[in-house]
Amino acid sequence: MVFRPSSADGQSLDKQDYVQGGATQTAVKILVVGHFAVGKTTFIGSISEIEPLSTEETMTRAAAAVDDLKGVRGKTTTTVAMDFGRLTVSERVVLYLFGTPGQLRFVQMWEDMARGALGALILVDPERLADSFAVIDLIEQYGLDYAIAVNHFDGNPQRAEASLREALDLLDDTPVVTCDARDEKSSAAALTTLVRYLLDRAS
Amino acid sequence: MTAPEEFELASDGLVRAYVITKGRGLPDEQQLSLITLVTAAPDEDRRPQQLSPEEQRLLDICSAGYLSVAEIAGHTKLPLGVVRIVLAGLTEGGHLITRAPVPRARDADRRLLEEVLHGLQTKFG
Ligand SMILES: Nc1nc2c(ncn2[C@@H]2O[C@H](COP(=O)(O)OP(=O)(O)O)[C@@H](O)[C@H]2O)c(=O)[nH]1
Ligand SMILES: [Mg+2]
Repeated sequence: MVFRPSSADGQSLDKQDYVQGGATQTAVKILVVGHFAVGKTTFIGSISEIEPLSTEETMTRAAAAVDDLKGVRGKTTTTVAMDFGRLTVSERVVLYLFGTPGQLRFVQMWEDMARGALGALILVDPERLADSFAVIDLIEQYGLDYAIAVNHFDGNPQRAEASLREALDLLDDTPVVTCDARDEKSSAAALTTLVRYLLDRAS
Repeated sequence: MTAPEEFELASDGLVRAYVITKGRGLPDEQQLSLITLVTAAPDEDRRPQQLSPEEQRLLDICSAGYLSVAEIAGHTKLPLGVVRIVLAGLTEGGHLITRAPVPRARDADRRLLEEVLHGLQTKFG
């Protein structure tokens, strides 16, 4: 994918930026969550067909945005609350991946993201398991089915799945996969594991 | 609600849109969800309406195809709440066509999940 800054003026969107076959597409979404720097943006970028986009939720930034539009103030202090990518899976279905850290201060955003989501992939760094508790709690609170993707950073020792399951207090049937978020195929395989699991749960 | 800076900015179209629509409450969440797909309506379906620069800007972005509400916010760098309000106004004026996601239901979910699974396998084998 070629890097191109997304257009703040909206004038320079390419054909590929638009949803392919939009008039017949059904949009679905899956969440990609995890603590800070666990690899969410990398994961989404590795399988998204568009350059990942980001946005924030709050209404209170309206004034800042207006300043920005008028060019009065060069810099706005916006908090990026989520990033997302897109994958056209068929002529009928387009999949959106939404990534965000597990911070409850973005309650409205979490509600928006979780509402109607098919499920969640929770990225976990085996060296920082404790940082994942809050995210797992949130996903459970929102009643979403999830799988765990263990993002193995270079040089880290493998951690036995059993001990990881125990540390994260996972149910026996919760899938656990390892993945390298930088690798398209590896990310896709983790997502496939989640979708298979969701399909089992829906049957 | 009358902080000096808000008062000062009230002449701007975006804030006006915000102030005007606020009285009617936020747009229906399902109607303009993150993944609702939006495109410009054909000209003849549009009601005559004076568009603010921001409404015109979002309408322009929507004129070349479908984008999700989230993508519109991402491309314009506007907060989601503001984008929703402006899009709601445009929808009311008949300027936009929106395709809300199908409501969740077990059968529909299974079909959609099968299609997602198949798509992932085809694309990434
Ligand atoms: N070695 C390795 N590095 C990764 C992996 N995933 C992400 N990174 C790096 O970790 C850093 C944080 O990743 P990022 O995607 O920004 O994390 P986010 O905060 O969860 O969005 C970046 O420098 C990535 O290049 C991975 O699977 N393996
Ligand atoms: Mg990130």
